[in-house]
Amino acid sequence: MEKQAFQKVYAKITNITKATVQLKAQGVGYDEIAMVHGRLGQVVKIIGENVTLQVFSGTEGIPTNAEVIFMGHPPRLKVSDQLAGRFFNAYGEPIDGGPEVEGEIRDIGSPSVNPVRRAQPSQLIATGIAGIDLNNSLVTGQKIPFFADPDQPYNQVMANVALRAEADKIILGGMGLSNDDYLFFKNVFDNAGALDRIISFVNTTENPPVERLLVPDMALTAAEYFAVDKNEKVLVLLTDMTLFADALSIVSNRMDQIPSKDSMPGSLYSDLARIYEKAVQFPSGGSITIIAVTTLSGGDITHAIPDNTGYITEGQLFLRRDTDIGKVIVDPFRSLSRLKQLVIGTQTRPDHPQVMNAAIRLYADAANAKTKMENGFDLTDYDERTMVFAKEYSDKLLAIDVNVDTEVMLDISWKLFQDNFTKAEVGIKQEFMDKHWKKE
Amino acid sequence: MEQKNKTTGKVAGIIANLVIIEVDGPVAQNEICFIKHQETDLMAEVIKILGDSAYVQVFESTRGLKIGTEAHFEGHMLEVTLGPGILSRNYDGLQNNLDTMEGVFLKRGDYTDPLNRETLWDFKPLAKEGDTLIAGGWLGEVNENEMPHKIMVPFKFEGSYTLKSIVKEGQYKVDDQIAVLVDSKGNDVSVTMVQKWPVKMAVRAYAEKPRPFKPLETGVRVIDTLNPIAEGGTGFIPGPFGTGKTVLQHAISKQAEADIVVIAACGERANEVVEIFTEFPELDDPRTGRKLMERTTIIANTSNMPVAAREASVYTAMAIGEYYRAMGLRVLLMADSTSRWAQALREMSNRLEELPGQDAFPMDLSAIISNFYSRAGYVYLNNGETGSITFIGTVSPAGGNLKEPVTESTRKAARCFYGLSQARADSKRYPAIDSIDSYSKYLEYPEVQKYYSENVSDTWLEKVIIAKDILLRGKEAHEQINILGDDGVLISFHERFWNSELIDFVILQQDAFDSIDSSTSIERQEYMLAKVLDVTEKEFDFKHFEDVQTFFKNIINLFKQMNYSDFKSDKFKKYEVELEELYSKHLKN
Repeated sequence: MEKQAFQKVYAKITNITKATVQLKAQGVGYDEIAMVHGRLGQVVKIIGENVTLQVFSGTEGIPTNAEVIFMGHPPRLKVSDQLAGRFFNAYGEPIDGGPEVEGEIRDIGSPSVNPVRRAQPSQLIATGIAGIDLNNSLVTGQKIPFFADPDQPYNQVMANVALRAEADKIILGGMGLSNDDYLFFKNVFDNAGALDRIISFVNTTENPPVERLLVPDMALTAAEYFAVDKNEKVLVLLTDMTLFADALSIVSNRMDQIPSKDSMPGSLYSDLARIYEKAVQFPSGGSITIIAVTTLSGGDITHAIPDNTGYITEGQLFLRRDTDIGKVIVDPFRSLSRLKQLVIGTQTRPDHPQVMNAAIRLYADAANAKTKMENGFDLTDYDERTMVFAKEYSDKLLAIDVNVDTEVMLDISWKLFQDNFTKAEVGIKQEFMDKHWKKE
Repeated sequence: MEQKNKTTGKVAGIIANLVIIEVDGPVAQNEICFIKHQETDLMAEVIKILGDSAYVQVFESTRGLKIGTEAHFEGHMLEVTLGPGILSRNYDGLQNNLDTMEGVFLKRGDYTDPLNRETLWDFKPLAKEGDTLIAGGWLGEVNENEMPHKIMVPFKFEGSYTLKSIVKEGQYKVDDQIAVLVDSKGNDVSVTMVQKWPVKMAVRAYAEKPRPFKPLETGVRVIDTLNPIAEGGTGFIPGPFGTGKTVLQHAISKQAEADIVVIAACGERANEVVEIFTEFPELDDPRTGRKLMERTTIIANTSNMPVAAREASVYTAMAIGEYYRAMGLRVLLMADSTSRWAQALREMSNRLEELPGQDAFPMDLSAIISNFYSRAGYVYLNNGETGSITFIGTVSPAGGNLKEPVTESTRKAARCFYGLSQARADSKRYPAIDSIDSYSKYLEYPEVQKYYSENVSDTWLEKVIIAKDILLRGKEAHEQINILGDDGVLISFHERFWNSELIDFVILQQDAFDSIDSSTSIERQEYMLAKVLDVTEKEFDFKHFEDVQTFFKNIINLFKQMNYSDFKSDKFKKYEVELEELYSKHLKN
């Protein structure tokens, strides 16, 4: 971001807080960016001549006579095919030692898509993970987060999903990513030979937290370029959105805003929706699918961040360690993909919806049986059978290391049904029973 | 409020979409103004006035806006444009036609006409010259997608008028003069097919608003059978995310007995709106044999669209509903979700630095919600005809906590409560309405009770109450079984529990994605409820609690097959026979 001719330079800051500076200036536009003492800032409030700037990297060491240069435009990104395979920081500057990207300049955080210009998401994304494909199928144009505890392998699962999904571009938006995780993603993508279709915008824990606020918009501006201009299928990975929301609360706190639930800003819902709603299916075939991570504290989904996220996203995926089989599984009870109805039974085999529901119902019966057992009650024969079923179901289908085709998942389910239950206990529409229940 | 010289002003402060304007003349609270930012006009609404400073909320992004920018005040509040051609339209929260906007992305300041000014409508006069008319009086009628769309004396007109002249039957555009009225002072007033109305004011062009007395059939069993909503009634659906609020709302809007459906997608997911856009034009309307979209209007302000317009969207939807109600039509208004609307109020209240109430919501939240719900209702129009707006709003309680301010405030305003339960959703028992916690005040209305005994059957209410008791007793029995163990209780406890499971699986649960099961007529509901209660009244000889389980599972399976079959079809009857054979084997002698 070099200086240009005819830019007004100011050198008298009146107020400084931890994240903002205030000065008197004229002709400043709202949302415009400025260089404050060599750091990037953005206009967040103008009252008369008093302009308040949020300084992304913090105000440590900024003197009142620091140089402030207004750039006359909001944060921007240069977009072109040259983005592919590159790593950038939150400002869109290369961090991989490569050259600057040449391309068309676009404002980040651009307007939303007119809802009538969207198409209904309709393309199944197969991941091979049965906990996802069988019970919570993903669809292009969907937005879905993993709700995970910090110790769960969400980044690994997400990387697997990204690589197996047939996306033209994968865009990683890393917020507060630990350096180890950053290198993990880099290695996984590299080893898969997929680096040339990956673009990363990364803010690691070493960078100032408020910078993170730019990451999703940067990633999504790039995504919109490929989805709209190039009609490509783009998969955007955002990890970790909890750290993004924390940065929002830092800023609003320093702007003296009245916090609402869990000391989050009152606008949290709109702030998150603005990002997630960039997920879209275009009639032309291009699409943006967002898979995000929201880390939970102590599994609490009533906290404002997961709660607001849940209302915005089209479902959520939960990971859980199943101690019976010693593996991490995709929790069938709490996970949900809202868009699965658009593809299951139509793009997959017709028995898919009923098999899915029956299996989950039986799995729930097993959970009840287990509670009964733990409370010291006698188990019925049915209880015993559900528990046998649950263990097999968990191991052969729910575990995250499963990688099979959807047809195979359905066949496995039918076999488990038949091994353990009677037709009435399974309770599926007769026509599917006739077709898939093997004659004795 | 019309002024000759428009007030103008200059931008003096910007905090996100709250803009402070120094004005040079009079301004009114809630007045609309346009801020001229470069080549585009940004629409805004006055929400606070301090001396010469008007605080306005801008319905668009304020990116790039500068101090000193000019603003023009319009002299009126936010208005909707009412006239033929509203049905099957997709509007944004400010009633801009989304379909006529250019480009893939929404552009700031792209305001499009809600009506097509060129369409010719077949107008038929209903009033005669010399007739005395007041606001809302019917002048004539046009055919709007097979709906009798009345052309009325504009709602803004005060006092009574005499019809001086009216055009003959023929084709006219909406802006053509169709009548001339004479007011009490003898002045001629020209009337076209278009009128405007401020959205935040209730339309009062009716004679009387009685208590709702007629149940509204929705085809959703857990509503119609257990906690019915009345035509002209109000209800709300609170539920944590993932409990099926939107699926339920869509089901109701597809099936309910209404002439007009207005859907306000308020701060919700864009893909859900797209689902309506995609599905409704394809869905056959069982009532008219035409497409459902033809009698539907969608107000879409999705969560990523500007927040201030989100607040406006529910009012825009209500005003459109009131317009059609004044034509003597039955309107179903759905708002998903009113919590997003409340959050929009909160964001603005926060920027205005008002002292917050609970959870930082504005103090008058409860009053605003009550006021909005009170605009629904069944009415007798001045000409003796009837019309109604049935309003169902969803609420998205933060953290699934039903004690939060929006749910609590709505509970005071709405007469039906359809609480969605996380536990039911987790075990995939959809629709996840908790039949024990939910209620319908209308069941207690003598008018409604009378309607049931005259139109459904005189034992209906009795059966409904029995069913509710069985559900409650079943829940208690289930708790006992959990505490004492399967064989720690009498077999009768198991029977009690399984009787409630029977009602749950056969009546309460309904497959919204199955073409037959998704909608059940009241006739069929009555038949099935009687059939199920019949089983619960029988005495069976069970030797062991496991027999109870096995027996009921088989019964439920057969009942479900019945639910999936056309009513009284051969398939349906075949399962019915099987069912009777099965339970007669276990009858106690």
